[in-house]
Amino acid sequence: MDFNKEFDASGLACPMPIVKTKKALADMASGQILRVVATDPGSVCDMAAFAEQTGNALLEQSSENSKFVFYLKKA
Amino acid sequence: MASKKMALIATKGTLDMAYPPFILASTAASLGWDVQIFFTFYGLQLLRKSLDGVQISPLANPAMPMPVPIPVMVQMLPGMEAMATMMMKKKMKSKGVASLQELRDVCLELEVKFVACQMTVDLFEFETSEFIKDVEYGGAATFMKFAGESDVCLFI
Repeated sequence: MDFNKEFDASGLACPMPIVKTKKALADMASGQILRVVATDPGSVCDMAAFAEQTGNALLEQSSENSKFVFYLKKA
Repeated sequence: MASKKMALIATKGTLDMAYPPFILASTAASLGWDVQIFFTFYGLQLLRKSLDGVQISPLANPAMPMPVPIPVMVQMLPGMEAMATMMMKKKMKSKGVASLQELRDVCLELEVKFVACQMTVDLFEFETSEFIKDVEYGGAATFMKFAGESDVCLFI
């Protein structure tokens, strides 16, 4: 999937993946896509909850190697 | 859709109890919630400029996981508290857990409001010069207003 911005939260534990996702999205325009990579297993549910609570859509979520990859679209 | 409000009351100042208020606050703030933390009693230690002094004691902490069980008679020896603190900080770093300082900074960045209990500041004779500057001072009644409007109110 194409994306406009990405960051790697590998090695970071809760709440940092969510906090950094929020910060990254803040600088983006509506409709743009953010790619986030994380290793924290808790981030799977956290990203879904974040998307639901903030209205930023979680377009896709997958795991590659031992990392989780998320694509979010800024509301 | 109005965003939710969360009120936290932080009363503890040990390393293990310092994390919950900052993690809950930063997470809720990341979700767009309006968050305030009322620091009182030993929670005031979390408002010091440097959080390096926040410790954890192995003494009388039977629920704390230890690599090796340590008898109480040994837990109380000089240096054990510093060692337990150092070991926990090291473990947190290896697991990618943010430092207390970082979490507190993130809270402030996300506009979490910090309110310090004036009564306990006076009680322990703390100087406000010892605390970070982004703090409002007030009493329980000040906090009750926000707490009363909150969707989530937690005592830590």
